[in-house]
Amino acid sequence: MALADFEYGDMIHRCFRCGYCKFPVNWEDVNNCPAYGRYRLETYSCGGRLWLTRAWLNGEIDWSEHLSDILYSCTACKNCEVKCPLRFSGDILNMIVAAKSEMVEKGKIPVAAKRFLENIQKQGNPYGTSRMKRGEWMNGTGIDPYQGQEFLYYVGCVGSYDTRAQEASRALGKVLQKAGVSFGVLGNEENCDGNEVKGLGEKTLFEMLAGGNIAHFKELGVHKIVTLSPHSYNAMKNDYPKYNGNFDVGHYTQLLQNLISQRKLNISRSLNVKITFHDPCFLGRWNNGYEAPRAILRTIPGVKLMEMEKNRESALCCGGGGGNFYIDLLGGSKSTPARRRVREAKETGADVLAVACPQCLTMLQDAVKVEELEDQLVVKDISEMVAEACEME
Amino acid sequence: MVELRFNDAACLGCPTQACLTKCQYMDIDRETARKEILKIARGEDSFVLHQCVTCYACEEYCPVHNHPFYLIVEKQEELNVPPLPRPLIRRGINIGIPFRGEPDIKEINGPALNMGVFSDLMYLIQGKLFEGLPVISTDPRKMFHYFCQLMYLHFARSSVIKERLPGVIKTIAKHRVTEVVCFHDECYGTFSSYCPAVNIDVPFKPVHLFEYLYNRLNDLKEEIKPVKLKVAYQRPCSSRLSPEKHHFVQDIFDLIGAESVQRNYVEENALCCGGTIQGQKKEGSRKLAADLQKRNIEDMKNAGAEVCVFNCPACYQTLGQMVARNGMRPIFMSDLCRLAIGEKPAGWR
Amino acid sequence: MDTVYEALAGIVGEEYVSNRPEELYIYSFDLGTTEPHRPQYVVSPRTTEDIQKIVKLANKENVPVVPLGGGLSLAGLAVPFQGGIVLDLKRMDSIIEVDEQARYAVVECGVSQGQLTSYLERCYPRLTHSEPGAPPTATIAGNIAIHGQGDLAQPYGFNSDMLNGLEVVLPTGEVCRFGSCSIGASWFTQHPLPDVGLFLGWLGTTGIITKVALRLFPRKKIRGVGLFVVEDEELVPEIMHKLTHLQMAEDIVAFSQAIPPLTSGLQNFTVNIAADSEKELEFKQELIWDDTLGEYIRRGDGGFLGFVQGLQRPQVSTTSDWRKGGGFEYVGSIMPVAKYPECYRRGRKISENHGIPYTVLGRCIGAAHAMMFSWTYAFNRADADSIQHAREALHETDGLVLELGGTIWKPGLYGQKLLKERLDPNTLELMGKIKQLLDPNGIMNPGNWEVG
Repeated sequence: MALADFEYGDMIHRCFRCGYCKFPVNWEDVNNCPAYGRYRLETYSCGGRLWLTRAWLNGEIDWSEHLSDILYSCTACKNCEVKCPLRFSGDILNMIVAAKSEMVEKGKIPVAAKRFLENIQKQGNPYGTSRMKRGEWMNGTGIDPYQGQEFLYYVGCVGSYDTRAQEASRALGKVLQKAGVSFGVLGNEENCDGNEVKGLGEKTLFEMLAGGNIAHFKELGVHKIVTLSPHSYNAMKNDYPKYNGNFDVGHYTQLLQNLISQRKLNISRSLNVKITFHDPCFLGRWNNGYEAPRAILRTIPGVKLMEMEKNRESALCCGGGGGNFYIDLLGGSKSTPARRRVREAKETGADVLAVACPQCLTMLQDAVKVEELEDQLVVKDISEMVAEACEME
Repeated sequence: MVELRFNDAACLGCPTQACLTKCQYMDIDRETARKEILKIARGEDSFVLHQCVTCYACEEYCPVHNHPFYLIVEKQEELNVPPLPRPLIRRGINIGIPFRGEPDIKEINGPALNMGVFSDLMYLIQGKLFEGLPVISTDPRKMFHYFCQLMYLHFARSSVIKERLPGVIKTIAKHRVTEVVCFHDECYGTFSSYCPAVNIDVPFKPVHLFEYLYNRLNDLKEEIKPVKLKVAYQRPCSSRLSPEKHHFVQDIFDLIGAESVQRNYVEENALCCGGTIQGQKKEGSRKLAADLQKRNIEDMKNAGAEVCVFNCPACYQTLGQMVARNGMRPIFMSDLCRLAIGEKPAGWR
Repeated sequence: MDTVYEALAGIVGEEYVSNRPEELYIYSFDLGTTEPHRPQYVVSPRTTEDIQKIVKLANKENVPVVPLGGGLSLAGLAVPFQGGIVLDLKRMDSIIEVDEQARYAVVECGVSQGQLTSYLERCYPRLTHSEPGAPPTATIAGNIAIHGQGDLAQPYGFNSDMLNGLEVVLPTGEVCRFGSCSIGASWFTQHPLPDVGLFLGWLGTTGIITKVALRLFPRKKIRGVGLFVVEDEELVPEIMHKLTHLQMAEDIVAFSQAIPPLTSGLQNFTVNIAADSEKELEFKQELIWDDTLGEYIRRGDGGFLGFVQGLQRPQVSTTSDWRKGGGFEYVGSIMPVAKYPECYRRGRKISENHGIPYTVLGRCIGAAHAMMFSWTYAFNRADADSIQHAREALHETDGLVLELGGTIWKPGLYGQKLLKERLDPNTLELMGKIKQLLDPNGIMNPGNWEVG
């Protein structure tokens, strides 16, 4: 496709490559773009990505695997949009997704990205594991299938299939049961929310997934949805309405904060730990949600909450977004974002690195292992911390 | 013809000459006041023209609605004795030049809210209080097409107002609006006070923002939870053009459970924020402005105010930082009303 | 097999070398109007030793080396005109030392302005550095190497006047240190030891700076900006002269630009003031606005627009989006302050002739010993015509600078040509000898300061 036909052809040249996008909001270092921080070559910065896209569409450079890797190494963390001082900044990620769509249409994307999408198409999850195993995480929890309860508890792919993330799914389920919330899950009937599919540029598949989910939810009479993952939260809150999917969607931290303030959860057990919280991109920069997780942690007795230097809008992405928790274009180096982030967490002196996203959970947990910090730092989801503090096993 | 309707006889027969005797910035007795205002009316020079800090208050003090302030401004221009230095006048005139194309005109056929030149303050008109009310002048690049121009009263440039205002009214009228809720108090003053005074037709009904907010709050009465805040109000100079609407300030405070602190600089004695005074030519102006600001803020603080409520974005820009540094929170009236109905205004922590 | 590539990969590791089209494409560009030229390799070293090995290899293989910091000179100073290796120095980003008592910092060459500002604010809030108006990705070392100026220029001069020492890799691979560090003392002073002058203003042709010791200055609790406006550009030099006599300001800048209209045709001053108390602040303000500038205000010639507390650092610039085109370039000059009115008038004409809204700015350096005067020309990167106009305007302006008796600040190739035409022939010859001595194979940033 020529530049003239590209949806953002009239604005992609406006990037000056000034480099503000590399900084966090608090200017602390110059590698808060996870891809740029990993590779430290200008091609991997946001500006580099935009200039290369333009050059490719303009015919100045040819497609190559390296080019597609550069494009797909973007984790969609939104740091660039938040920092860019120019008027078109709100469309930066749209431009990158549109560029990815171009590559998808030509079938020229990284092999792992292709697999990611094919697996979702076939089995409703990027791992390619059978649909019939999606609900296995629930075994023994006594959680009911959704049959018109007040909330649909939407777990998502990572929470359903990743063994570490499953522990968070179960913990959240237990906490909701303990609080007496009326909720149900879809189990094997659950299908991918599509957030990453959209981010990878596969618009048709995304529309299929969204449309399918919306019809399914409506059929079941779903009105309120609580999600484990901020990625699901983002898709259902911000994208589904465009396809007539108007539900009352909340991330679980918002619900838990309300339950605690209404005293429906008895947070009585003292944990005596120092915790630092890692802001997930899709809850934080994408949806301005910074305080609910912290408010929850502060209600737990014995908890000392410490902030990393780069917190809230300045948080460094764990590197899992844009499908990279699977596609893994940013791994293999001590500059890998997840490894950098756990080192930043350790610097605070905290014992626990708390997260509120199953992707962050698996990415940072693996990084702790690689950094050999297992006896110094534990990664836990907020659902797990709340479950512990409610005196449940 | 667009010209100021000033009635000499009304001044001659005036029982108080309050326009000048009540002036907070000049010490004038009644006899002197009478002499000087008539000199001014006749086009002669007067020390009043040189000493006036353009606070607008005499518009309110005048018992016969004879527009003494508009007169002073016209004569300052005629005799070339503007209060501000030339570069600031030129800058002020340039500010109002729209240079990024024509605005998008959507026909409304009903009431609308006009943001004037405050299109970048859209975050102050969100939530239930403004639901369903169409807004005009939402594009910061085109907002000077909706500029009421009354700011030029500080610049001794009534000529600029009279030249540009009819065109601005035309632009607003193109939206086919019946009522215009004015985001800025000064726009309201323009349409309700200045236009009649100079014979400019206004083909829509101006509505004061606070009146609108008060009515909306009454509609949403069940949702109001008392804010329980001790508040001080920064009354802007433009409020002097619509004194009949000033009561809505206290009405709103009463309705939302805000306790208005007992302080000195209220009502007729309100102090100018000093924003324009600090740049005036007259020696000592910068210090005068600083002194006014200090007195005003100390007055609020000593009375125990927790919050300073603003009406005017210019006052906010001038005083906001200082208010915050003195331990009080600056807030716009619309945001305070949002708090009262349980909403979280942008930027309120 | 590409032996140079293999050797480079051996030095920095495969991940930090590239000869792939994508990297070569991106690193061929300067962000201004300079035509791109592709390098053969892009390398990102981490240590001084890495750089030594790279430079020795380059000499052996006769491959040009182009050092790159933030890449924000906008004068094409890091464009590989003759191909070769682009050395992206930004991975060398450690802040090595801050000495609070002696007020200096030692940083590696890749430390950015924003990073240092943030670090000082957090860890040494009573110290600050002179931060330039460039995007904060600009490096400390790069800015010093081109004799940049920042927001402490008025009391303290050029950023290159704030140097306590350098560590440099010579084009032949040796490492040299200059300043007190060179005799094993701490990095607290440059004088009176032998000079660093061989590496400043030489546009990367005499060596690669790897470490910089930068003087820091007191940071007061209150910092803010006061605004003052005049219409008559002839008043600007005398106002700068008077304000610098007063010695109360941290930064004095006068600017004028066509857009937005409120600045057009007016000379707008920003005067930075710092104080540790309200008493000090009011004292300084009284001296500046009432006593010194009061005469202009009373005559109606100058207007005070207020003082706003809080200095925006780093400063955010949106100049590049003015033509919705992602591009701008400027001619920076060092001029006598007395030339401000002509610089403004003639610069306006050039802009108007090329259909570009004019933007000019003068920053006072030292006690008005000089000013940095800049003319900025925005262009639309997607419109070749607008790039051509900008280029022509820039060249005309380069000529104007010399005509008016100033010097071009960080000359691109065109500016270098004009300067060489005027340079003292003995000086030119000496420059040639120095280059020959330090860089016998001519590998360092070729194309620049070609004086042979």
